[in-house]
Amino acid sequence: MEINTRKKDNVFVVSLKGKLDAVTAPEFDKKLEGLLSEGENNLIINLGELEYISSAGLRSILAFAKQLKANGGRMVLAELRGPVKEVFEISGFYSIFQILESEAAALNQMK
Amino acid sequence: MKSVSEIKLAAKLENLQKLLQSVTECARKEGVGNNKLPAVELAVEEAFVNICKYAYQSEDGDIELKCMLKDSRFIIEITDWGMPFDITSLPDPDVAQDISERKIGGLGVFFIKKMADGIRYRREGGRNILNISFSCG
Repeated sequence: MEINTRKKDNVFVVSLKGKLDAVTAPEFDKKLEGLLSEGENNLIINLGELEYISSAGLRSILAFAKQLKANGGRMVLAELRGPVKEVFEISGFYSIFQILESEAAALNQMK
Repeated sequence: MKSVSEIKLAAKLENLQKLLQSVTECARKEGVGNNKLPAVELAVEEAFVNICKYAYQSEDGDIELKCMLKDSRFIIEITDWGMPFDITSLPDPDVAQDISERKIGGLGVFFIKKMADGIRYRREGGRNILNISFSCG
């Protein structure tokens, strides 16, 4: 899995590529914890290039969302597709998170 | 039932890719459609991770996986020699809860049930044997 990050205005964009599974999720957790400790509170997670996610990946995203909520932060997910989108739908995660079709729409939402 | 592929490995997370590669190869060879592969992969990962985390309670142990084709169903049989654990007996999580109520975890077994077209569990001679089947047509 590849994790790319960049900052646009006051929003931090984290893009994932590859597979978010039981092996790679701890790396993602570490990245997110780092962002929290640096005080990043507005995040977009772009899943456009993520091919695969398992329950371990969903667990990471949910745990992070809970912490972010407690800190008064915001998170928007963008560009879910294929099997990743399906996993979000089956698990009910599609309706508990704010999910937008494109990163541009997500950035707009965060303004 | 003739098994077309068989692999036995230590039940450790670092073996996940090796296991998935073997299953995917076998599934392709047996004509499982590309659209079905992510479901196969997800079900196998969740079953494997459960065994790695819980079956042997921090002791070392193995997992054996067999793939076979029967009546145009692709069947994956996963065996471990750990504690008895019937995943088919677990209740499903409440997927309608919001972010603060939603518990962390508990989705793995649910995904196996959702992805597969059928699952069967049996305990036999100190082994947990889980059959996960996918219709391929």
